[in-house]
Amino acid sequence: MQLDGKVPGGSVTQKWDRHRFELKLVNPANKRKFDVIVVGTGLAGGTASASLAELGYNVKTFCIQDSPRRAHSIAAQGGINAAKNYTNEGDSIWRLFYDTVKGGDFRAREANVYRLAQISNNIIDQCVALGVPFARDYGGLLANRSFGGSQVSRTFYARGQTGQQLLLGAYSAMMRQVAAGKVQIFPRREMLELVVVNGQARGIVVRNLVTGELERHLAHAVVLCTGGYGNVYFLSTNAMASNVSATFKCYRRGAFFANPCFTQIHPTCVPVHGTYQSKLTLMSESLRNDGRVWVPGSAGDNRPPGQISEAERDYYLEKKYPSFGNLVPRDVASRNAKEQCDQGKGVGDTGLAVYLDFADAIKRDGRDLITRKYGNLFQMYEKITGEDPYETPMMIYPAVHYTMGGLWVDYNLMSTIDGLFVLGEANFSDHGANRLGASALMQGLADGFFVIPYTIGGYIAGSQFAEITTDHPAFKDAAAETGERIQKLLSVGGRRTVDDFHRQLGLIMWDHCGMARNNDSLGKARSMIQELREEFWENVLVPGQERDFNQSLERAGRVADYMEFAELMIVDALDRQESCGGHFNEAYQTGENEAKRDDEHFSHVSAWEYTGVGIEPNFHREPLVFENVELATRSYK
Amino acid sequence: MTKSINLTLKVWRQPGSQSSGRLETYEARDISTDMSFLEMLDVINEQLTLEGAEPIAFDHDCREGICGTCGAVVNGRPHGPEKGTTLCQLHMRHFSDGDTIVIEPWRARAFAVIKDLAVDSSALDRLIQAGGYISASTGGAPDGNAILVPQETAELAMDAAACIGCGACVAACPNASAMLFVGAKVSHLALLPQGKPEAARRVAQMVREMDRLGFGNCTNERECEAECPKEINITNIARLNREFLKARFFSSEK
Repeated sequence: MQLDGKVPGGSVTQKWDRHRFELKLVNPANKRKFDVIVVGTGLAGGTASASLAELGYNVKTFCIQDSPRRAHSIAAQGGINAAKNYTNEGDSIWRLFYDTVKGGDFRAREANVYRLAQISNNIIDQCVALGVPFARDYGGLLANRSFGGSQVSRTFYARGQTGQQLLLGAYSAMMRQVAAGKVQIFPRREMLELVVVNGQARGIVVRNLVTGELERHLAHAVVLCTGGYGNVYFLSTNAMASNVSATFKCYRRGAFFANPCFTQIHPTCVPVHGTYQSKLTLMSESLRNDGRVWVPGSAGDNRPPGQISEAERDYYLEKKYPSFGNLVPRDVASRNAKEQCDQGKGVGDTGLAVYLDFADAIKRDGRDLITRKYGNLFQMYEKITGEDPYETPMMIYPAVHYTMGGLWVDYNLMSTIDGLFVLGEANFSDHGANRLGASALMQGLADGFFVIPYTIGGYIAGSQFAEITTDHPAFKDAAAETGERIQKLLSVGGRRTVDDFHRQLGLIMWDHCGMARNNDSLGKARSMIQELREEFWENVLVPGQERDFNQSLERAGRVADYMEFAELMIVDALDRQESCGGHFNEAYQTGENEAKRDDEHFSHVSAWEYTGVGIEPNFHREPLVFENVELATRSYK
Repeated sequence: MTKSINLTLKVWRQPGSQSSGRLETYEARDISTDMSFLEMLDVINEQLTLEGAEPIAFDHDCREGICGTCGAVVNGRPHGPEKGTTLCQLHMRHFSDGDTIVIEPWRARAFAVIKDLAVDSSALDRLIQAGGYISASTGGAPDGNAILVPQETAELAMDAAACIGCGACVAACPNASAMLFVGAKVSHLALLPQGKPEAARRVAQMVREMDRLGFGNCTNERECEAECPKEINITNIARLNREFLKARFFSSEK
């Protein structure tokens, strides 16, 4: 089936204005008759809750953490892009649009990206109004810095804690609506099922993580803002609770999953150092503004960095990409780091690291300025590694960071299930095959502040809703299925812990579906996953009770979903016989080891429809048409 | 230098908010000094699970020191012995072979224990709900550069806004006061021009809510500042007091 993205007609610059005019409106007095469920309280979920409540809808907001202020948007460090052109470098909405489409290796929907670039400026204004303490210059104007994949400085930031400050801004706007009685918050709840009635998303089943009880919640629409699935790799920069379960449950209920193999491996993370390790820590890409990436010029040189002279160092990014240098996009930087390590030039105990060196920047700008820009990042690095990055170069290595794939949505951000909207990282829409730095915050806020308030109205105004309660059979069935699955997990009584399985699954994915992929190894990974999944259901050991605060049980449910989802990633990776952005199939590369796209056959979104566990999913295609940005080989040389 | 150490842990175990708890002793063997404190607890939990016992419940999420979810009192100090460090960023290289480590949950009237080391700190959300925001509905904001904020002011606001809401200040305070938490939010917003119109109402409501929720008052012990993982300064409490007095004397907010 060919999917229709419902992109409005007209020129790309006019589409959003035109669409906002054409969307049906819900009368202000009628909005209070409609209930909306928002799942997740990151930038997308927090702002969606706030903006929908401000309009008058009754919002019920759920989050997995103990407080809505914890969502993992909080850990974003570097910044948020906007096309303000405050720096007078020639930036524009068109340039941000162009950079994002190109950065995504031409696998994103043009109309969505243009809208994102348009909205970017309103986001900065709104966040300033909410009291986000962005960095300022001496005169009090907003400051900017540059980020990968762009030649203008368009990134707004609050020290190295931009995500934290934006999230707390979104959270405060939402808490204001809680005080006003328009948002009801349900923390420590995990969404375990979507409830679909007459083809419409009408509610969710959640587990109360404190009491273990299953709760049913009814609404007229469900807005999913549950983030990405990077933790399928076990080790990633995601928070421990980040998971695929909410989106995966919707996939099982009929929502299509788009481009699951598009995962982003971030080039600047603290390297892995032990088997007990629980997560990886990102060192913001903004560090590449001033840090220089290098490895020893010859393989096997394991002298300390201070003893390796300038002439013996290989600043490979600056050499290979003179115009972007250390600021090439993430996928390019990551692949090059891997390439250097594969050649035996990696550093550190494991040989799986490269240097990020600030000596020149400190000499040029002084230690004070570097501290002001990156102080908290340097401190975090020192805490983790016990080394002082002011004195000795940082060691970094790529790690799983972001997932561009997600539930398929149309221009209105509605999935293939009516009334199920998907925002932020949980959808697939704006970043194509590779996300540029400082664009995730932009997208989450765009979706929540400025897209969903309009498009949800269009849906509600144009729909009929059956009068139902949470006693409807669809609710009862969903709750019963959820309960059975929990019982099943608790009753296996095997000999391996949940984390043990998760770690093994993650390793399979990292080795076979990570920075570089090939058909042979993907095929092998698929059967390894199937075997591991079988073993999981026979040999997992989940301690504790159902009706209790049971963190092992929470993790078991998530890992059970990853066991199925991982296979979908492999299916997608095998289907896409080209290289693009974060998906690098070794069979498709240029002479210089750059990704080689096949626009003739793969200029489309792959959307997968669930058919059953272990059964080949159905493939659907949404063709991508590029009318405004010319398809070209990405070059950052 | 990476090495392995052996430790004795005394961990607070409490099945639920209504039951009583006690310290249980566990031996932690071959702990790599590169591990984080929470990774050390992960290792213990894996062992407990395999032995058929219930693992220790503790809250955590980002493990990067920014989300504010984790926290426990380690040897009597919230987030452990390292200055300016959350529990997840505390590494085992700061402990020595043979050490005994006592691990307890936050203790405060406003924070009930849920299980073991996990507590309910939703009272902090209710404090924000009472006024820790600027009333700027989506859509009507002027251009970001229309509001000039001197760099020094922006930096001071950012210093206060860096609070992660972990609750260590409350756990450290002998009065279980939330003055540092509230002071940080009141300061962040009162310093910025955008936050000034509501400053009086905000401080009055947040202080009233703090009392209502059972947090104690400030008696200048400075424990909060000493234990804050983000090193939020107690000048923010001074600013809170000033804002409060201003609101009481010079505004119609009561």
